[in-house]
Amino acid sequence: MADWDWQVFCRNTIDGEVMPRCFGDGGDITYLDWILSAWGWTASVSLLALAVAMLFGCLMGILRTTPSRGLVLLGDAWTELFRNIPVLVQVFLWYFVVPELVPALKQIPSFLLVVLGLGFFTSARVSEQVKAGIQSLPRGQRMAGQALGLTLAQTYRHVLLPMALRIVIPPLTSESMGIVKNSSVAFSVSVAELTMFARQAQEETSRGIEIYLAVTALYFITSILVYRVARLLEQRMRIPGTIGAGK
Amino acid sequence: MKKSLVLVAALMAAGVVQAAGTLDKIKSSGTITLGVRESSGALGYTLGDGKYVGFHTEMAERISADLRKKLGLSSLTVKLQPVTSQNRIPLVENGTVDLECGSTTNNAARQKQVAFAVTTYVEEVRIAVKASSGITSIAQLNGKNVATTTGTTSVQLLRKHEKANGVDFKEVFGKDHADSFLLLESGRADAFVMDGQILAGNIAKAKNPKDFRIVGEVLNVEPIACMLRKDDAEFKTAVDDSIKGLIKTGDLAKLYDKWFMKPIPPAGTPVGLPLSEATKAAWANPNDKPAEEYAKK
Repeated sequence: MADWDWQVFCRNTIDGEVMPRCFGDGGDITYLDWILSAWGWTASVSLLALAVAMLFGCLMGILRTTPSRGLVLLGDAWTELFRNIPVLVQVFLWYFVVPELVPALKQIPSFLLVVLGLGFFTSARVSEQVKAGIQSLPRGQRMAGQALGLTLAQTYRHVLLPMALRIVIPPLTSESMGIVKNSSVAFSVSVAELTMFARQAQEETSRGIEIYLAVTALYFITSILVYRVARLLEQRMRIPGTIGAGK
Repeated sequence: MKKSLVLVAALMAAGVVQAAGTLDKIKSSGTITLGVRESSGALGYTLGDGKYVGFHTEMAERISADLRKKLGLSSLTVKLQPVTSQNRIPLVENGTVDLECGSTTNNAARQKQVAFAVTTYVEEVRIAVKASSGITSIAQLNGKNVATTTGTTSVQLLRKHEKANGVDFKEVFGKDHADSFLLLESGRADAFVMDGQILAGNIAKAKNPKDFRIVGEVLNVEPIACMLRKDDAEFKTAVDDSIKGLIKTGDLAKLYDKWFMKPIPPAGTPVGLPLSEATKAAWANPNDKPAEEYAKK
């Protein structure tokens, strides 16, 4: 521990000089500037992928509980496709293979491809949980809605989903935290996020321990923030006396 | 009484280990531990099953044989310890590895922690492009997509070049060399900037090696040398003498030819990188100058 050197973050990335204010100026950046920007990329990839995952995951999860066999098949196919291929392989498929088939996709920045890849991968897991949430409701709920003369869409909107989505908030919290950690796959397709920063900066500075500790702390903080937000959401949304309302 | 005797003995033993150089350690234990690399191009790589080969790996084995003769040992056990870029320096410092011959650049920062034998290979950072691209120099890469590998010095080199010459590359980063080469092959990058032997190795393994070309000026020169413990002049002299002997007898040139010009396992394709002027110069005047001295030229 004695030879830790946290000043490494104040070093300029061009010549390794220690900058007086720890931040670069005139176009130069320090490792501190760089790690913060990398954190930004990690957060952006995670949040956008989370949005994609929730959107497609909820949609597919709902489709899988509808009475239409066609829609159930679509939802099942989507879920099985995306959850049975490792996430790193999926990102590579989007980056290297799909553009060979559809050359227009080469113009899309790798950032968006990662958001879609990671989003679709996680959507399969979200879909599974949303389906489980809906199926955990007594069958009578759906029947009651229909008996009242609500259309299928109205039954979902006003009867099933308000209950089911509340039930699945805790497992979805895990998925949201997981997406932050899985966002590290983005480094493999040239997104300058935290993992890439760690690998590159430790080579340049020979200060691997300090670099990796800082990066670990930032991943931890990001995950904890996601957890706190989800927890807050869970408490705010709680309806006393219903299933899943907790203590 | 007994306890204190044990303590004294222990202290003496510790003192002996402290004072003894690597040569004494090799002599008394009958073993030498070589640090080897798993994936450093033709310099040092693994064939799996605990087999390590390559130009520097074989050279280290030749050096071990010379050391055995010098120490007058009838047999010497050579242990191979795979090392990575992250752990190679600590493992040499703490005595796990006696001699590391892989792809370690001799630079001033590292000379504070470890010592280097005389330089046996000089790496030149070059540019690989598609033969059809018409690119012949780094100046033509302004505004183009330039691939390089995360976790290498080339990333910093490009950054410095941009700053010094006011050009702008769109950098794309592969997670390993194979990925970076795929970026070039698939057209996501117009050029791949990396150590010459890595470029040559990847081109040799490509589907159509003729589609690619190494072009342009040498962007950086780095002396690659075997690494050993600091402040062990006796051991360093023995290793240096052995290397100088290999140079004099032409054996080192033969080894180079074997690993860089002839077909090598596992694929049986040659790297095809002729001996560079810089490496020739290093062999003509064996020295352990750090990379910084090369940059001054």
